Amino acid sequence: MSSWARLALLVLLAAPPAAAGPVGRAALRAEIAAWNIDIRPDGAGLPPGQGSVTDGEALYAEACAACHGDFGEGLGRYPALSGGQGTLKADRPTKTVGSFWPHLSTLFDYTRRAMPAYQGQSLTDDQVYALTAYILNLNDLVPADFTLTRQNFTTIRLPNADGFRPDDRATAEDPLFRAPPCRQDCRTAPRITARASPDVTPDDAN
Amino acid sequence: MGAGDPKDPRRRRLLTGGLGLGAALVAGRAGAGTGEGTPDPKITELQPWTAGPGVGVEANPYGQPVRFEAGVVRRNVPWFSADTISAVNFTPLQALDGTLTPNGLCFERNHAGVAEIPPEDYRLMIHGLVERPLVFTLGDLMRFPRESHSYFLECAANTGMEWRGPQMNGVQFTHGMIHNVNYTGVRLRHVLQAAGVKPAARWLLAEGADAAAMSRSIPLEKALDDCMIAFRMNGEALRAEQGYPVRLVVPGWEGNVWIKWLRRLKLGDAPWAQREETSKYTDLLADGTAREMSFVMEAKSVITSPAPENPITHGRGPLVISGLAWSGRGRIASVDVTLDGGVNWRAARLDGAAGPKALQRFYLDIDWDGRPLMLQSRAVDQTGYVQPTKEALRKLRGLNSAYHMNGTQTWAVDRDGGVTNVELG
Repeated sequence: MSSWARLALLVLLAAPPAAAGPVGRAALRAEIAAWNIDIRPDGAGLPPGQGSVTDGEALYAEACAACHGDFGEGLGRYPALSGGQGTLKADRPTKTVGSFWPHLSTLFDYTRRAMPAYQGQSLTDDQVYALTAYILNLNDLVPADFTLTRQNFTTIRLPNADGFRPDDRATAEDPLFRAPPCRQDCRTAPRITARASPDVTPDDAN
Repeated sequence: MGAGDPKDPRRRRLLTGGLGLGAALVAGRAGAGTGEGTPDPKITELQPWTAGPGVGVEANPYGQPVRFEAGVVRRNVPWFSADTISAVNFTPLQALDGTLTPNGLCFERNHAGVAEIPPEDYRLMIHGLVERPLVFTLGDLMRFPRESHSYFLECAANTGMEWRGPQMNGVQFTHGMIHNVNYTGVRLRHVLQAAGVKPAARWLLAEGADAAAMSRSIPLEKALDDCMIAFRMNGEALRAEQGYPVRLVVPGWEGNVWIKWLRRLKLGDAPWAQREETSKYTDLLADGTAREMSFVMEAKSVITSPAPENPITHGRGPLVISGLAWSGRGRIASVDVTLDGGVNWRAARLDGAAGPKALQRFYLDIDWDGRPLMLQSRAVDQTGYVQPTKEALRKLRGLNSAYHMNGTQTWAVDRDGGVTNVELG
């Protein structure tokens, strides 16, 4: 953050609330604990607990395989959780936990917050550890006798951990798009090279 | 089968009626001022709406569009998603004008369906790096100073199915993951100030109360700038599908960060790497790396009529070209339109004075000579950024970045007035 931005931020934060008098009430410790479910890549937020690949396999078969496939390959249009490593430069990449996701924390966080689909926050913390361990195993990242714990969690590094970069459009692209545009005789007469397929548009659209 | 169902036979009558209207307009013009010709029975015969009363004021306590407009509805594409619960539908841009989107037509993007939260059960929590963790009720939020602003909300994936070439033959489907609403609410910074943001805080986690517990990390500078906590849209309470009773408004940024059913704000010193900012809403480039935190929606425009759903049915002569332009970086400075696929461009007329990060309507009035057209629009925002072509974006990013496709759209108009989504070489 620039010193100017930092200064502006401090000024904003120093300003008193525009409304006089207190609005809202103190959040209680138990209330924060009930909703404070996020986990960061550094492990902040991880609950106590553990789970093994073996336990995860049984739970996965019962709660997950119907959508994500027995081996995390994904069924129908439901997402694949495994495979696809080395495909990110391919014509049709397969983006999975093993091939694309940068952080294991995201898998734990998202599974606990939103999975199984539409039964958010229905799993125990140990179950989430076990499922996380099993999905790591499906991606050949841990052996079958592995147990994931809060203590060893941050030692796991996903293959695509370095695959992301901050938004660089402002420097990589915008200068190319800031030239005053041509308005007369800009190109040779164009021809149509591709047309939308009528097959994919719902037929009552037009 | 309801009136909104596209298979409803009433919709067929609507379409037939539309053609009849065109014929009547042509007939009327042919006889104008001559005193000769076949009289129009819609004039010479007493019509039922003139001969008798309509319904009373008790009939529609909350009004719906007239039945002849029953085809103006949100539509979804069944093959897009595994189910309709984590799915998207599309705003019928082809049927709208001006800039504000009617509440019932604002596209929906849900990850666990539409949560229904009784207002008395609503709570918002602020915690983390704050002096005073707080809980607010809806009533509490409504005691902060209130503001109203119009902003566009565009899904990061809008037009994303066109990365590999023209696919969807309709502006509702190519560009309809957008709406533009006048929001009333409170500045996020006022609510954060009430809790007292600690100096170490750099990021805000915003989380929804639905079964997806949708969550995104937002830089604190943006949170303190123009973000709002909104509880009204176009004057009335938020629609359930838009986050009732409270949603986050993040002007100019991709729709996913506009957390609906907002229940929790957590201040921290680093982003949280949530699923929706790692697995999703990251933009894979040709070299196999992916952009993350690509929040801003860049300058973009599209012609909404003519469009595949709006063929030219009136023949040669005066033709209104109507469209929308927008930029996540501020106001739209100008819009150019080409009739010949980009050889020559002329300035469109900006209608009204749209605010920053809001939809801007434009028009170009032409005299169509009946020849085929290759229509495009090109937006320029106040930063000087010129909307690029799809080819220019593909050269920079490849074909698999999925999101942030703001390339110029081409509609081919044939001699009969039919319109097709095409690309040019």
